[in-house]
Amino acid sequence: MTKQRKAVALISGGLDSMLATKLVMDAGIHVEGINFFTGFCVEGHTHAIRNSDKDKVKRNNALWVAKELGIKLHIIDIVEEYKDIVINPKHGYGANLNPCLDCKVFMVKKAYQWIIDNDFDFIITGEVIGQRPMSQRKATMPIVAEKSGALDRLLRPLCAKNLPETLPEREGWINRESLLDISGRGRSKQIALAKHLNIEDYAQPAGGCCFLTDKAYSDKLKDMWQTRGDKDYTLDDIMLLKVGRHLRPRPNYKLIIARDEGEGNYLEGYKRDFTTIKVTSHPSALILVQGEFTETDALLAAQIAGRYSQGRNAAEVAVTIKMLSGEELNLQVAPMAAKNVLEEWYV
Amino acid sequence: MSLHELDARRLICPMPVIRTQDKIKALAPADILIVYCTDPGVKQDIPAWCEINGHEVLSIEYEARDIIVTIKVGHT
Ligand code: SF4
Repeated sequence: MTKQRKAVALISGGLDSMLATKLVMDAGIHVEGINFFTGFCVEGHTHAIRNSDKDKVKRNNALWVAKELGIKLHIIDIVEEYKDIVINPKHGYGANLNPCLDCKVFMVKKAYQWIIDNDFDFIITGEVIGQRPMSQRKATMPIVAEKSGALDRLLRPLCAKNLPETLPEREGWINRESLLDISGRGRSKQIALAKHLNIEDYAQPAGGCCFLTDKAYSDKLKDMWQTRGDKDYTLDDIMLLKVGRHLRPRPNYKLIIARDEGEGNYLEGYKRDFTTIKVTSHPSALILVQGEFTETDALLAAQIAGRYSQGRNAAEVAVTIKMLSGEELNLQVAPMAAKNVLEEWYV
Repeated sequence: MSLHELDARRLICPMPVIRTQDKIKALAPADILIVYCTDPGVKQDIPAWCEINGHEVLSIEYEARDIIVTIKVGHT
């Protein structure tokens, strides 16, 4: 009897890894999925936080893809280990703070360790040559295979025909002819293949799999690094960068202002760990203060809080500032006029 | 069969799912795990994870701000 071959697929939640997995499953290989949680992932939680996304199903796309394909999914928390990739990427960053090449090498390396530990035969990714400027160029693809240690146990079914033969092909576990030769940024081949494989519902291809490809997010992370003088971060730090409006009116502190009720509820969860500002005379969202905030900063911060409350047109608003020390400051201030909220305060 | 609890409050998806997954690794088939969460995302994510990994969600209940998911560990 021939041995049942097993592969692990890197499941991002997007269409490409879903298609790649399906192709390999159709060849009779047992496939299980692996999904890495870096803390920067664009996932269900952002929908959970924001009200505006209320109508969308709050699903985790990786889990959903696994369910559609009928495969197991192992979600692995790599938040701690991933810090080194974000802080010191050997191959540098992409257009924003996305260290895509180092990230890919790291994830494939982890997957390689996983297949050794779990007695699987090879790794599948949904990568396509030329799709991403940095990590998915023809020249960089061998780097991922080599530096991760996976070598020819790394199969990219969507573009395998454009790449050297891999172990699963050579050993006849999978027929090279059943694999594809997709390249470039176009999506039409993937969409046609999805149709052919009867995959109807899938997450729309996004700009990237994580927030690090997002300029606004990267700007906030840079600001955090610069003002702290240290690049280390916690999961809470990077989650908070996804939430609210961030204003830095003075170099020593930043305000995180909820934009809707969902974000307000989320920030409420942090109120014991931060100095907070709340307009008590009018409906308003909670504001978190990050940094070295002192009483001398209170007046300006309270005026800004007034601006972002429903009392913005009132002559005066009542504001309560709960300092991290436990001390409480109560102020009556005139809300700041819109023109006085400076553009450069927005992080 | 034994009863276990997991506090996943304040964690945002997928962290409650990861914690559930890691906890279940150490449990035996037919054990019951009660997970306390606050992120509404778990209402979709924990059942989806359980379904693909062969565990059964017995109930999802609400108590104050908590979402309480009860899972019966499957044979995997
Ligand atoms: S977009 Fe983010 S998760 Fe995707 S490869 Fe780049 S750094 Fe990694």
